This record gives sequence, structure tokens and C-alpha cells, in this order.
Amino acid sequence: MSAPLVSMRGLGRTFVSRKGLFGAHRSMRAVDDVTLDIPAGKVTGVVGESGCGKSTLARLALRLIEASSGSVTFDGTDIGSLEPAAMRQIRRRMQMVFQDPYSSLDPRYSIADCLLEPFAIQGLMPPARQRAAQVDDLLDMVGLARSVASSFPHQLSGGQKQRVGIARALALKPQLLVLDEPTASLDVSIQAQIIELLERFRDDFGLTYLFISHDLGLVRYFCDQIVVMYLGRIVEVMDRPDARPRHPYSRALLNSTFAPDPAKRRVVTPMAGEIPSPFALPPGCAFAARCPQASALCKAERPTLAESTAGGRIACHHPQD
Amino acid sequence: MTVPSSALGRLLRTPRGLGAAIVLAIIVLAAILAPVIAPYDYAAQNLRNANMDPGALHWLGTDEFGRDLFSRIIYGARTSLTVGVTSISISMVCGMALGAAAGYFGGAFDRVVTMVVDLSWSFPEILLALILIAILGPGLASTMIAISIAYLAQFTRLTRAQVMALKSETYVEATISLGAGSGHVLFRHLLPNAVTPVIVAGMLATGDAIILEATLGFFGLGAQPPTPSWGAMMSSGTAQIFIAPWIIIFPGLAIAITVIAINLFGDALIDALDIRQRLREG
Repeated sequence: MSAPLVSMRGLGRTFVSRKGLFGAHRSMRAVDDVTLDIPAGKVTGVVGESGCGKSTLARLALRLIEASSGSVTFDGTDIGSLEPAAMRQIRRRMQMVFQDPYSSLDPRYSIADCLLEPFAIQGLMPPARQRAAQVDDLLDMVGLARSVASSFPHQLSGGQKQRVGIARALALKPQLLVLDEPTASLDVSIQAQIIELLERFRDDFGLTYLFISHDLGLVRYFCDQIVVMYLGRIVEVMDRPDARPRHPYSRALLNSTFAPDPAKRRVVTPMAGEIPSPFALPPGCAFAARCPQASALCKAERPTLAESTAGGRIACHHPQD
Repeated sequence: MTVPSSALGRLLRTPRGLGAAIVLAIIVLAAILAPVIAPYDYAAQNLRNANMDPGALHWLGTDEFGRDLFSRIIYGARTSLTVGVTSISISMVCGMALGAAAGYFGGAFDRVVTMVVDLSWSFPEILLALILIAILGPGLASTMIAISIAYLAQFTRLTRAQVMALKSETYVEATISLGAGSGHVLFRHLLPNAVTPVIVAGMLATGDAIILEATLGFFGLGAQPPTPSWGAMMSSGTAQIFIAPWIIIFPGLAIAITVIAINLFGDALIDALDIRQRLREG
């Protein structure tokens, strides 16, 4: 694997909430003790159910929210300690594409304004007569007609808006692109187009992706390294996309993907048991309540994420082979 | 322009919107052109002509000092509109600044602002204005200050609610991820998107403010004589109500027509912009 562009060490984020003015404080560890390297020029996929902390992890990686503990290092710089001016500088090199293209564009901004905003914010605004050309270049790049420059977001389809979102993220020529379920709210036919576009940019610009998804099938197709999260923690890291998952939870996720070929369709065994409340995690393995392999050890002691002999890392007392 | 021109076009195509717009335009023009239109000096007394009936010489009659009522009503429009528009503008600007800061930054500042605003919200505007004028002393300037403070809570609440709702939009996060600071987010994204309902609320509040100004004038707390004010004119008319009822009726009609026109226009604007729901959030 190539040198990491982003290194997360013991990264955690706790959200505190309370009920009413005098209610007791409750804290929830959305992301807990995540240590992960994102290799340069590769695609790292993060999968997990809704609420497992994958979107929070994406925002921590870009310091869109502050970490409660641990650190994020981008190309050798600890971004958690950067002053606002330095943070603004480094943001040019790390960008994000959002899940919901419908709300990721300001309804009052024309597409041209939207694509020029990165330059305006970074103080890199091209002179007036070059702006149209800059916008045209970006639109060409993501395969949109130049005529949409003067349109407003409500005149565009979801797929078109997502292309604008990608163009905006690429405007400053970043090295890292965090993709937070970029296809989750699009039609299936559009999803494939967006993934193709992202693959082309990865190859053309040598981009590094952090790809957040709940679709393990898509992640196995698109990613070089797969991270499986459960209730804020990494349970398994697979360093090959075709590696057989060994954690019972990863297995269950893979088994729940829908095979298009009926002959290959398995009997889906739904996961039994309840997801524990994120406000009150059990002392042992968080997955123990739903795990078919769970033993007394699992309920008493939390497994740590350790290097696996078969490659990758896994946090399980009873890994499957 | 924060109100899209297409919405304005839609507004003027409804009979209600068009009618209200025409009446408002006439009132505003009359106020601006008062020196040209008014047939008499609004302050010129002529005691021999006191309490004259409406007629060819004095279209709306004269008051107890023989002053031409038509001229005084036209000049009174100046007072009412100036007070209404000025005080609501001050109130809107301050309320938007407070509400936006409270909604965006949250925390202790938000709690203090919300508490003070909710406290003042629990007083009727007239009571609040009376207390403030008791402190500041009667007069035109203190009327404007009192009215702008009385309506501050409304604009603060509305702006705060808008900004709180908008700041969780993904485009705000996208802007931050591009490196934008709070100033850019607030002034380029949040306020432009929050301003339309606030302006419409301001439009409607102007009508209320004109009534409030008239009420204060009626109690002798607003514009001081000889400056004509519709409220003060009605007040002086109460003494002549059985001899010269027009002294109280015409200024009262002027207030009613102005406020109804403003409300109908504002209401039509709400429909044209389709923001009834957003106005309720405040």
C-alpha cells in the first residue's frame, strides 16, 4: 500500500444531549477510537448501517466538526491544531461531495455562481473575463452542458445537481475527496454514471477517495480498502476489495446484499436481536446481542482491533474463516 | 431585490393585490407631494371658519381651530408613514442582526437573547410602547424608538427561526468545507435566504405600527402640535363629535384605509411568495 494521505489516530467524537433544561446529560460516542490510514491514490470505503458513525467520521476527517479525542493528520499536518487561516489554506486540498444534491446547492445561486464560490472563498477569483471559461471547463469536466451555467438548482435534476456538486468540489483541484453516500439519493441508472465519473477522476487526477456508503456491493466494486463500522467503532478492515469478510457483522452485511441473479440468491437470515442504544453501550462487544457466534467472553470483554493473520484488521473474539 | 419580480407580477395580477397596491401608491404619493396637493397650510388657524361642514371651500371641513382637515390629513399621512416605515425599518435591521447572531452562534448568547425576546413578547406592543414613552418622554422621536423596540421581538424571533432552519442545510456545510468563515456563511447564504419572510412580516408590522402611532397620538404622546397626526386629530375630534363628527371620522377613515391596504398587500404578497408556513415558524 502507498503512503497514507490521511492518518486518523484514536479519533473519537462524543455528542452530548440533554432532555429539557434540567434533564440529565446523555452522551453518545458517534465515533470511538478510530485508527485508520487512507492511502494516497486509493479508494477507501466505509460501510455500516445508518447511525454507525460513518458520516461523522467523514466530517471528522475534514474537520467539519471538531474531534473530541484523537487526531487527524493530512499529508503530515495535524489539522486539529491549525489556526483558521491555515485551515482555510489546507481545505483547498480536501473536499467533500454530499449525499443530498437537492440541498447541497444554495437555491439562490446560479450554477455559475455556485462553481465560482470556491474561488471567491479562497481569494482565487479569476478576473471577470475568465470566469465564464472557468465555469465552462468545470461543466465540461463533469459532462454537463455549458448552457446550465445560468440555470438555478431547482431547474436541474438530481443527477445534474450531483455533477455540479462534484464540479464544485473539484474546482480547487483537491487531493482528497470525501464522498458521503454520493449516489444514495439518486436513481440507479444515474448512480452508475456518477460512479463512472468518479472512477475517471481518480485515474485522471490521482485522487484519493474516502467513500462512505451503506451499500457493501458498491463498495466492493469501487474500493481498494474496505472499513466496516458498527456503532461508532471499526470492526473490520479489509485491505482487498475481494477479501472474504471474517467478522460476523461484515458477513451479515454482505449476506444482506441483493443478488441480481436468482440462482445465486441465498436465503437471507435476518439479524436477530436488538441494536444496543448508542447512549448506553454494553461493556463487551457492541455486536454481541445480534451475533450468532457470541460467547460469554464477547459479552464481558470488548475485542480490540488487531492485525489479522489473513490480512487486514479485525475486532472479534471469534473471527470466521 | 429580495422579493422575486415574478412574485410581484403574480401579486399584481390578483384583484386584491392590485387594488391594495393602487391605494397604497395613492397614499404614499399624497404624503410625498403633500405641499403640492394640500390646498391650505395645515397649521393656518381661522377661528371664524371653525367646525365648518365638508364642502366646496374645505373638502373635508375644518377642525375646531378652523384648520383645513383635508390638508391636515395629507400631512398626517407623512407623519404616520414616516413613523411606521422608520420605526419598523430600525426594528427589522436590529431584529435581523440579533436573530441571525443568536440562531447561528447559539450557546449562551442565544439563551440570553431568546429569554429577553420572549419576555418582551409576553407584553402587548401598546403596553411596551407606553412604558418606553413614559421613560423617554412624549414626542415623535421617542414614538419611533418605542415602536421599534416594541416590534423588535417579532423580527428577532422570525430571523432566528429562519437561520436555525437554514444552517442545517447541506449547502452551508459545503460552503464551510470550501473554507468559508462565519461572515461568508451568514451574509452570503443564511441572511439572503432568510430575508424574504422577514420583509413581508415587516410590511404587515408597518400597518400595526401606524395604528400604534395613532393610538399614542390619540393619548397625546406622539407627534406634538402643530404637527398633524391622525391619532391626535381624532383625539381633538372627540370633543366636537356631536357638533362636527367629520373631525374624528375622516382621520379615522384615513387610518383604516391605509392599514387595510397595507394588510391586503402584505397578505397577497405572502400568497404570491408562498411563505405562509415559514412566517408561522417565528
